[in-house]
Amino acid sequence: MATLTLNNVKKSFGKTDVIHGISINVADGEFIVIVGPSGCGKSTLLRMVAGLETTTSGDIQIDGRRVNDQEPMDRDIAMVFQNYALYPHMSVFDNMAYGLKIARTPRAEIEERVAHAAKLLQLETYLQRKPRELSGGQRQRVAMGRAIVRKPSVFLFDEPLSNLDAKLRVQMRLEIKALQRELGVTALYVTHDQVEAMTMADRMVVMNGGIADQIGEPLEVYANPATEFVAGFIGSPPTNFLSAEILGQSGDAKIGVRPEHTRLSDSGSLKARAAYSEALGAETLVHLKCADGTQFTVRQDAASMIPQEGTEVGLDWDPANEMRFDSSGRRC
Amino acid sequence: MEKRVKFKGLWLPILLVFPQFLITAIFFFYPAGQAIWQSLFIPDPFGLSMQWVGLGNFEFLLADRYYRASFFTTAVFSILVTVVSMGVALYLAVLADRLVKGSGTYRTLLIWPYAVAPAVAGVLWLFMFNTRVGVVTWYLGLLGYDWNHVLNEGEAMGLVVVASAWGRISYNFLFFLAGLQAIPRSVIEAAAIDGAHFWTRFRTIVFPLLSPTTFFLLVVNIIYSFFETFGVIHTITSGGPQQATTILVYKVYADGFVGQDLGSSAAQSVILLAIVSLLTVIQFKYIERRVHY
Ligand SMILES: Nc1ncnc2c1ncn2[C@@H]1O[C@H](COP(=O)(O)OP(=O)(O)O)[C@@H](O)[C@H]1O
Ligand SMILES: [Mg+2]
Repeated sequence: MATLTLNNVKKSFGKTDVIHGISINVADGEFIVIVGPSGCGKSTLLRMVAGLETTTSGDIQIDGRRVNDQEPMDRDIAMVFQNYALYPHMSVFDNMAYGLKIARTPRAEIEERVAHAAKLLQLETYLQRKPRELSGGQRQRVAMGRAIVRKPSVFLFDEPLSNLDAKLRVQMRLEIKALQRELGVTALYVTHDQVEAMTMADRMVVMNGGIADQIGEPLEVYANPATEFVAGFIGSPPTNFLSAEILGQSGDAKIGVRPEHTRLSDSGSLKARAAYSEALGAETLVHLKCADGTQFTVRQDAASMIPQEGTEVGLDWDPANEMRFDSSGRRC
Repeated sequence: MEKRVKFKGLWLPILLVFPQFLITAIFFFYPAGQAIWQSLFIPDPFGLSMQWVGLGNFEFLLADRYYRASFFTTAVFSILVTVVSMGVALYLAVLADRLVKGSGTYRTLLIWPYAVAPAVAGVLWLFMFNTRVGVVTWYLGLLGYDWNHVLNEGEAMGLVVVASAWGRISYNFLFFLAGLQAIPRSVIEAAAIDGAHFWTRFRTIVFPLLSPTTFFLLVVNIIYSFFETFGVIHTITSGGPQQATTILVYKVYADGFVGQDLGSSAAQSVILLAIVSLLTVIQFKYIERRVHY
């Protein structure tokens, strides 16, 4: 159990700057999700915390001690990789026991700890199998087990669910969260999936091109995005953006409105033509096109009226739900 | 899941296998059969007639002190060549694997020796270690060491081992490097996080995952050291001094083409064939069990 502090951490590969200075304070037992599009530097940041990449500048502290110059094995962390990185030639038991054996833990204690982890993860009947004899979800659990048995101060996850099918992903996301709660261990979790971030995070870090655009609790980030990027990235379907001009206002600001905050109504000042709609069962997404070509999406209850393709409708929303961004993308 | 391709009928498979079968028949079964046949005769000194002796050639050989010594020489030579060429290649491959930049150049340079024919490699090493004009011999002389592989049996063995292994290192290196690069980096990283230092990682993760490559190279290198090293031995020592470097394949040549004892030579090649087959079977039966695919 430990705190984790990143203090203006930067990373360059040669001349390419990948992380431009990120600071986070992670409290003991907190579950932090780092979310952002592919290539924004999430894995790099996580690997710096793990000690698999050097830190170009800034400080990384685990429980108050600076770990920049420590080897991965001395940092008291455990990591779950995207491809699980299990040892293919070892049984499930040996995979989990590997770190303990190297640390020369007594045999009895190794067996006890592995048995405990196997029980938590429902792997008891698979201990003698090789990784290739397991399903994707089971391999994922073994990777988790390997992390758990070592009782690290910090858990690091790099997109651990992205190789699983959609249904299993939902189930594992609940399990991981429950497990982290139960063990009370500090966790740093990387994903490109904003739903994972919203559902799992105590606080999330929205990354954009090597910068942390916003750090906050999921609902707060959703309700109050700090930048145009965050407003567009968090929430599904994404926020609609309109120029001030089309709304009859002056200036070069952009206005963001979420699809779920928009109504179709004849009284609406903004007119748009319905292009196509997607019926998802409980709700229907209506995609429209404004006069200047801007795309706009409205979320409608299944029960409400769905406009015919090509018909012109009015769009309306509560001004309190409007988000304004200046030309640099900042909230204003 | 069945992933095998299935052919309907019998003709296509036969047609596809036929060219390989033909080549094997002409260049392997036919000469091997001839060798077995010839090993049962002794020709007269002028090669005009052959006399049936049954297993006489084999009996004579197995009683021959020099032939038995050649067995021992072959064992020492093969083990040394295999261990040296694989060991050095593995070491270089591990170094190259850790190198991110410039590994291309390194690789290309290391491949060159493979392009050199064994006999030419032999001449190259012979020049360097020539007892009168060799560069290395001269430097060794400056250091107070009197190199003479023409007289010294140990030095002769050392020289043919090094010359044979040298040409082989590139080949082994390529396979080892490919094998190393096929190991996912994250697996090594996971082991590093689990607390394993370089040597522990090598012993518990890298080497076991490399075992299919190592096994393949072991089989191939032993066969190489039995046969293809002929050129090196022929150019450097011609089997001497006092037959100290006469390995089995060299003795087949020496007794058959130089000594003109074709019956004995044929019997020797039959024995050699049997030994290599046996060794390969043993390797597949016992060592392969320890390989993790
Ligand atoms: N070893 C490396 N050398 C050079 N550039 C790298 C290296 N690793 C990652 N990068 C670059 O850093 C950026 C961020 O990569 P990464 O952290 O993997 O992104 P993410 O995990 O968010 O998808 C990418 O543009 C990638 O090309
Ligand atoms: Mg990544």
